Amino acid sequence: MNFNLTEDHNMIRDMVRSFAETELAPGIEERDEEEHFGIEFWPKAAELGLAGVTFPEEYNGIGADYISYAITVEELSRVDPSFGVTISAHSSLGANPINMFGTPAQKEKYLSKLASGEHMGAFGLTESNAGTDASGTKTTAVKNADGDYVVNGSKVFITNGYYADTYVITAQMDKEKGNKGIAAFILEKGTPGFSFGKKEKKMGIRSSATYELVFEDVVIPKENLLAEEGQGFKVAMQTLDYGRIGIASQALGIAQGAFENALKYSQERIQFGQPISNFQVTQFKLADMAMKIDAARLLVYRAAFVASEHKVPVSYYAAAAKCIASEVANEVAREAVQIYGGYGYTREYPVERFLRDAKITEIYEGTSEVQRMVVSSKVLKDGPVL
Amino acid sequence: MPNGIWVVIEQVKGEIRKVSLELVSKGKEFAAAKGEPLTAVILGKGIAGLADTVASYGADKVIIVEDDKLEDYTTGAYTSVLNKVIKAGDPNAVLLGNTAIGKDLAPRLAQRLGVGLASDVTGAEVDDANYLKFSRPVYAGKAYASVVLTDKPVLATVRPNTYAVAEPDASKKAEVSTETADIDAADIKAIVKEVIIAASSRPELVEANIIISGGRAMKGPENFKILEDCADVIGAAVGASRAAVDSGWIEQKFQVGQTGKVVSPTLYIACGISGAIQHLAGMGTSKVIVAINKDADANIFNVADYGIVGDLFDVVPLLTEEFKKMV
Amino acid sequence: MGNIVVAIKQVFDTEAVIAISGGKISDQGVKLVVNPFDEFAIEEALKIKEAGGADEVTIVSVGGEKAPEAIRTALAMGADKGIHVDISSLGVIDEFVAAEYLAKAIATVPYDLVLAGRIAIDDGSSQVAVRAAEVLGIPSVSSILKLDIAGSTATVSREIDGGTETIEIPIPALFTAQKGLNEPRLPSMMGIMKAKKKDLTVLTPADLGVDATAKSNVLEYSLPPARAAGKKLTGEAADTAAELAKLLREEAKVI
Repeated sequence: MNFNLTEDHNMIRDMVRSFAETELAPGIEERDEEEHFGIEFWPKAAELGLAGVTFPEEYNGIGADYISYAITVEELSRVDPSFGVTISAHSSLGANPINMFGTPAQKEKYLSKLASGEHMGAFGLTESNAGTDASGTKTTAVKNADGDYVVNGSKVFITNGYYADTYVITAQMDKEKGNKGIAAFILEKGTPGFSFGKKEKKMGIRSSATYELVFEDVVIPKENLLAEEGQGFKVAMQTLDYGRIGIASQALGIAQGAFENALKYSQERIQFGQPISNFQVTQFKLADMAMKIDAARLLVYRAAFVASEHKVPVSYYAAAAKCIASEVANEVAREAVQIYGGYGYTREYPVERFLRDAKITEIYEGTSEVQRMVVSSKVLKDGPVL
Repeated sequence: MPNGIWVVIEQVKGEIRKVSLELVSKGKEFAAAKGEPLTAVILGKGIAGLADTVASYGADKVIIVEDDKLEDYTTGAYTSVLNKVIKAGDPNAVLLGNTAIGKDLAPRLAQRLGVGLASDVTGAEVDDANYLKFSRPVYAGKAYASVVLTDKPVLATVRPNTYAVAEPDASKKAEVSTETADIDAADIKAIVKEVIIAASSRPELVEANIIISGGRAMKGPENFKILEDCADVIGAAVGASRAAVDSGWIEQKFQVGQTGKVVSPTLYIACGISGAIQHLAGMGTSKVIVAINKDADANIFNVADYGIVGDLFDVVPLLTEEFKKMV
Repeated sequence: MGNIVVAIKQVFDTEAVIAISGGKISDQGVKLVVNPFDEFAIEEALKIKEAGGADEVTIVSVGGEKAPEAIRTALAMGADKGIHVDISSLGVIDEFVAAEYLAKAIATVPYDLVLAGRIAIDDGSSQVAVRAAEVLGIPSVSSILKLDIAGSTATVSREIDGGTETIEIPIPALFTAQKGLNEPRLPSMMGIMKAKKKDLTVLTPADLGVDATAKSNVLEYSLPPARAAGKKLTGEAADTAAELAKLLREEAKVI
């Protein structure tokens, strides 16, 4: 057993950290305040290869492992969790289903542009009445005379919505069959009948784009069916299994960012004539934060390791990592605000932003409750995890 | 016959750099302690008249090397000439200023002479075993090394503002000798095409007695006017933190810090600078540090002799008015 | 033009807090990076190559066992191959000795141009590259802000105190890079993946046959005396400004 990262991993961390600190850090408060999506950073991120970390080189990807990907999202989120989820949603949700389920022709046409970052990707599963329960999907797809699909309905809370060029969406083809009636499609922005509804005003990750997708008699050509009819639910679930590694990494980055700020502040803030880090009450807070982050990081990197190995299903490992990391992000960000005291509650300092950004990681791509469902079903079926 | 200490005088268009006079002044003390002469070496064109000036600051001897090819500084020609006069004169130590020229020239000269070099020296003392012992910053002043050199001549470049300039005494005269340049053809490779000295009424950053610097809190390039107005009242140079330079508000040559200029003024006024370790590395040897910052917990206050907790946009213009009343 | 050699050094990160342990600067827990000024040199070499001005960029680093990390970073940025002069068996060396090794290592490959950073931010001596040029018998210009090469002539702009000067000089020559020469790129993800497949030659002191002994000795390292925090003035801006001006004049006597 070896806990060391490779030289490549360390270099990737250094590179992404430099990018985040020099490009993303300036103006982050304003972007949060104004809910400005950082589309201007996309070309540079793409040039550095951040859009296609795990995808094969033949489709313009980097061909790196999931640990490289986890480090990428972690380091972006350590500075800018909104840009972290932009990359995560693009890679894990927008591009990865095509990578996993696409035909060579679909990969050539779509994945090669997504992996290079020429295009941005997004994923449309959630609907207003189908959140955790995907079987409530009301968006419909009906085959027309040409064998193409006519889609009607809407999707909500779509990360990278409006800005993405390619959307993987799910729609119900046979309500009787429930989840087994769902199909997945690749939908291009600009297709007639495909429009964007309202932009969500959010508590956190305010500089990520979250839009409603609206489909009015959208004709999706038959060659854009992903996998087979009736396999859409499977596509979505497997996509989310891997996607959770991205969100777990985002949560880890949030925890790390909040912790580093609090650690530094505790050594500078003078009360009773000395830095507050001299007081045991602060020291124990810092110790708990450090240990929790460390535990979360081991789980996240292990899930990434399992995802790279492709030997056993990733679902349990990703669910456990995402659940723990997202809860650690919230606990650490909350304690970071506490260490800052009154200043921590103001927008002068970054920790309140980390706290607002942390909350979503317990909700999207499966709530903490869903993760516990995945974990409990695994232990009830296979016994305790060793 | 001991051949004493030599100071390589740096002159630009016939004007001697302040650091050279600092070295003549201090070098004279070292030489006196050793019972040896202090020699000033001046290279250039039309510079013979400078001999009296360096004599008035304490030089016992002056070596003048005049040549058309020495009018502009070039690494090759200056190395060639100094190598020859040093070999002929056999001094025990040679001191240069740690200036753009000193930094370029000294390593090349040291390698040609086959000797060591103490760079960017901020302290020196006479030493029985090794002639001189130097203190020099490493890790941009986060630590200091005490250094000795094993071979003669002992070579050092000394940071400007390390030593005071002595009061000149016009009655002091030096023994002046003139050497021919005799530059090796192989050393004449560089041609200086153009020299642009930025027109500025303010002192050069590394030599300035007072520096007023701005950081991230300056918010934009236009606001440096506030610092410039203050600088012009007290004869200060204007500097900046890396944050301000990287934001594109001020030219890189004004950056103070580990990856910029290392300065050691009498008074350093840091405005809206948080005091990152890299910045402190560039100005930590300043004699008096003043910090003006809105954030009462800013790290800069931990090193400042005087601090004002307040908005620089309010404080600095008022401070300028106060200075006006004084000077 | 054929080959550009870039001399680089691995140094402590600028964030590093310096501690002394057993008379030496402790490297415990310190992050090591490519010397920031060497990044300008690497970038300039890559730009020249990309513009068709050179065939190959070779990285040379004289350093201990971790120096290959720095070389890999340069290779990830786009350099073609690396040479590591492994001096971990030598103990402490000075600038004179380092320059001999660096020059000998550079001379193992054909070169038309040698680039380096103007200063290494660890020892801060600004000596080794220029000394190496002297050993190689090629001209050098320090602290350049601009470099143009036409045929066998380089035109460089260098920083001087208070301004800049433009110099014409024949190549092969060595130039040291000052901040402002360019904006160094980050290594891309693809560059990082490719770097480990690039050629990295390790040379030992014996391979280079250098016969040089140090000309300088560090007697001891010390930390600068901590500056005590002084007087902190709070209150109305007008009052604090007046108070400060008075203190600077009457107490500190610096105005």
